[in-house]
Amino acid sequence: MAKVPVQFTLNGSEKAEFIDSGTTLLHALRDKIGDTSPKGGCHQGTCGACSVIIDGELRLSCLTLAETCNGAVITTTSGLSEGGVLHPLQHAFLDTFATQCGFCTPGMIMAAKVLLDHKPNPSRDEVVEALSGNICRCTGYEPIIQAVLHAARANSQNAA
Amino acid sequence: MAIRLGRGVAAINYPTGMNLGGDPTQALVHSTPTGNFMVTLSSVDLGQGMKQIMAQICAETIGVPTDRVVVDTADTDTGPHCMGTFASRGTHRAGNAVIQAAKEARQVMLEVAAEELEVNASDLETDGQGNILVKGAPQKSISIFDVALSAHFKRGRSISGRGMFLIPRSYPEKETGAMKPSTCYAHACTVAEVEVDDETGEVTVLTVKNIFEIGRALNPKMVEQQLVGGSWMGISHALYETTEPYYPNRDHGGTDFNQYLMPGPGDLAETEIIVLERPSADGPYGAKGPGEMCANPQIPAVANAVFDAVGVRIDTLPITPERILRALKAQAAN
Repeated sequence: MAKVPVQFTLNGSEKAEFIDSGTTLLHALRDKIGDTSPKGGCHQGTCGACSVIIDGELRLSCLTLAETCNGAVITTTSGLSEGGVLHPLQHAFLDTFATQCGFCTPGMIMAAKVLLDHKPNPSRDEVVEALSGNICRCTGYEPIIQAVLHAARANSQNAA
Repeated sequence: MAIRLGRGVAAINYPTGMNLGGDPTQALVHSTPTGNFMVTLSSVDLGQGMKQIMAQICAETIGVPTDRVVVDTADTDTGPHCMGTFASRGTHRAGNAVIQAAKEARQVMLEVAAEELEVNASDLETDGQGNILVKGAPQKSISIFDVALSAHFKRGRSISGRGMFLIPRSYPEKETGAMKPSTCYAHACTVAEVEVDDETGEVTVLTVKNIFEIGRALNPKMVEQQLVGGSWMGISHALYETTEPYYPNRDHGGTDFNQYLMPGPGDLAETEIIVLERPSADGPYGAKGPGEMCANPQIPAVANAVFDAVGVRIDTLPITPERILRALKAQAAN
């Protein structure tokens, strides 16, 4: 089968790959480009572990065909830190002990980032709603909810 | 037809490890040329924090800061033997093995330091910051960095140690069946408050108050995170999770995360965690195994709370609306 060219911006860098038509973005990111921060949990859109941000919107990379991402701007969790300095959300996840096995963490952080980008001071209910598409086995969710609320507070203190 | 409130309590003893064949775990500790310490294990860190705890245990025993220790959980092809990470045995079994290995490595380290300082090894102590001092004369000291360099390049010593945990296999007494299947026991008690809708059979967990006795909490924040997550998982087992709801009939079993139910972030009960520390005599620095038991007492507590609310005993998990409605129907028929 003929390969299909695909080109997009990933965490600020231009990426170009030849892929098989029908390749998911998750597969292209992990196995072609080598960004393993999106995780393959269920591969059918029910766990949220593969969440990435495409043109500012939260998307499930396991249900997104890579060839539909031509020209898109894609952010993954591995692109959040700058020069070794962690993103406030990553710090908040550490500070509230919101990660155990870590498999859900990148997807959770993506979901939280889209929420805070649109709504810097969300209510608890809004945080719960934003995380409701992501499954976690270890934490019982409360530490993750607290992490997002912490990060929101840290943002507003920096802005003030 | 009404929403009925119920409150249930349950208390448990939980064994650490499983002594059916000695329950062995081994550990190796060695220094690098620059005086960092490597712990080699086959035990697995699957998110519970095994690497952090083993680094703390090794550092405490040798007398160096925790960040001077690297833990390699390797794999079972190449690492020292470990029975596995199950039965809440990781901290207790691997921890005891690491202490033994680290003590042996510490002894070699002190012997090399003694040669360098021209004193007896028994007169030396560590300051926990990476230095070895002469007791009562702390101005006479040597850094562990220099001791490791000396061992590797001058004195031809390997600063290393071997450790293992093994207990005699316990066979049941023929007459009574009595045996000692485990070592120390952790304990927990949970009080759960629920609302049961006696028309739909739906259970809402309002509050879960847990108290855990777990020996010494070697890393209190990590203990807390495991207990919080475990409490959630206990509720999930009590009310939601099953792969085979009509066992042994496979029909109607969940096939994906849409059908395999668990409480999501919007379904959380108000949860309280209290930790009691009663150090165990045989645990590493007094630790017991809190791992699995943190998800246990919520289940009978919820079952008891449902009984308190609507007067039916559900003895099959999970406690689904269907099971409650069937039990209520049977109760009404009697």
